[in-house]
Amino acid sequence: MTALLKAENLEVAFGGVKAADGVNLSIDEGEFVAIIGPNGSGKTTFLNLCTGYVRPVSGEVWLDGKPITAMAPRRIARKGIARAFQIPQLFTEHTVIENVMLALAAHRGIWQAFAPLDRPDYRAEAMALLDLLKLADHANAMAGALPEGLRKLADVTVAMALKPRLLLLDEPTSGVSALERFPLMDTLMTAMRAQGVTALFVEHDMEIVETYADRVVVWDSGSVMAEGKPSEVMKDPRVLKSVVGA
Amino acid sequence: MRALPLILAAGLALLALAPLAAPYLQFVLTVAVAKGFAALGVALLLRAGLISLGHAMFFAVGAYAAAFLAQAVGINDFLLLLPFAVAVSALAGLLVGAFLVRYRAIFFAMLNLAVSMVAYALASKLYSITGGTDGLRIDVPTLMGMSLEKAQFDQALYYISLVLLAVVGWLVHRYLKSPLGQALAAVHTNEVRLEYLGVSAWSTLLAAYTISAALAGIGGAIAAVAIGHVLPEYAFWTESGHLVLTAVLGGIAGIAGPFVGSIFLELIHTVAVGYAAEAWNLIVGVALLAVIFFLPRGLFGLIESAAGVKDHRGETEL
Repeated sequence: MTALLKAENLEVAFGGVKAADGVNLSIDEGEFVAIIGPNGSGKTTFLNLCTGYVRPVSGEVWLDGKPITAMAPRRIARKGIARAFQIPQLFTEHTVIENVMLALAAHRGIWQAFAPLDRPDYRAEAMALLDLLKLADHANAMAGALPEGLRKLADVTVAMALKPRLLLLDEPTSGVSALERFPLMDTLMTAMRAQGVTALFVEHDMEIVETYADRVVVWDSGSVMAEGKPSEVMKDPRVLKSVVGA
Repeated sequence: MRALPLILAAGLALLALAPLAAPYLQFVLTVAVAKGFAALGVALLLRAGLISLGHAMFFAVGAYAAAFLAQAVGINDFLLLLPFAVAVSALAGLLVGAFLVRYRAIFFAMLNLAVSMVAYALASKLYSITGGTDGLRIDVPTLMGMSLEKAQFDQALYYISLVLLAVVGWLVHRYLKSPLGQALAAVHTNEVRLEYLGVSAWSTLLAAYTISAALAGIGGAIAAVAIGHVLPEYAFWTESGHLVLTAVLGGIAGIAGPFVGSIFLELIHTVAVGYAAEAWNLIVGVALLAVIFFLPRGLFGLIESAAGVKDHRGETEL
């Protein structure tokens, strides 16, 4: 079976610091894979490499067996990789539902110069998605006025409106209070399963990783130090030293 | 919200009736509507956070295209001059825009200014094509093959301009509400997210730039036949600055704003020339200061207030 996403020997450096040092990783359809590692180890850089925001010096990225290395982010998005950001990226002067409808329109083709964006089919589909992510009550709120936790969910909703095959989540629970983390992840996981989305998420919270990830990949100094089932990897002394500091 | 279309329709009716009460206003208002189209083009780009300091170039391209077709080719029917001028302006917008919409902020503004000054220099120097600093004259065009007296044509031109205002204004309104139009505003707030939705900011802006150039071309064609003479000064940078001033003064939130701004400025200009010629710039400066401090949505904000529109969420402000 061809991996949904495959990265091979990815290398990139910033000012002499290697952010990706021969990274090899593959993700199968239907997996929920977590990336953990210390700050500055290259986790977000890997997402940037997969989405075309950063071009590798060497190495290749394949989606479904087809190369996507160094394509522009918009081309990769059209091929089925969507992204939610550590700092939510929303159209702050639009309402939440308008953000989602714009993503739906982008997926179907933005070149509609006279049909309105706000039309019944888009609105119904956007509301269904917002309902799935428990944001229906905030559909008409301005995206820029939402609290952090809801903005995170809105950012994921926008990404999911693109009907991606692979969703990349950069620290979905950062900036969210300890009490809200698990409910937020429950909501995200339910929505992703309902939509049949494969996900790769960067996370610092070990409990979150152990609870929700099928597989965990441990990053260190721009390369993969270990990977496997969370319950097994978390026992690895190297991982404990690198990630937990124990 | 329902009051707003009624007020706008009443405003259009008032414009249609104004020359009957004061015939001298017909020419002033024709030129004001013509410049309003160009200011609307500038306002479109302002929605994406881009200030064009060179849009008079496309106004001039439209005017010269109409004059060239009428004088050099000998086709002088307004219903042919207008689409030709719009097509040439749109093409010019597409070509110039393909290069300029890669830039943002001050770079976009100054590059537009630079290209427009090149166009101004070409219009002044290419004597055999543009008539140089003397410009090009346009005889009174026919209208659907009918020869009209100057006064009759001017009257017809005025009412055609008002019909165009309504039709083109509605089309631009539809465009701004469409996914492509909403993506234009999204470029301003979050270009990164837009690209991650699979939407090219460059293409989105190029579409807007081309439409804005076509709008300026409509204005240029109307002004050319109304005035009967096209000059390089149409493309001069002060005219581009005037268009930005008009858009800001009128307000960019609604389609009517740039037209309100243009009519306001042309009327003040006409009055000032007659009664206080030296005070023209002072009056415009004070009016602009008043709008900036008290009317952040431009003069169009006054119309919205009268219509009871209070919900401005999701709309671009000045």
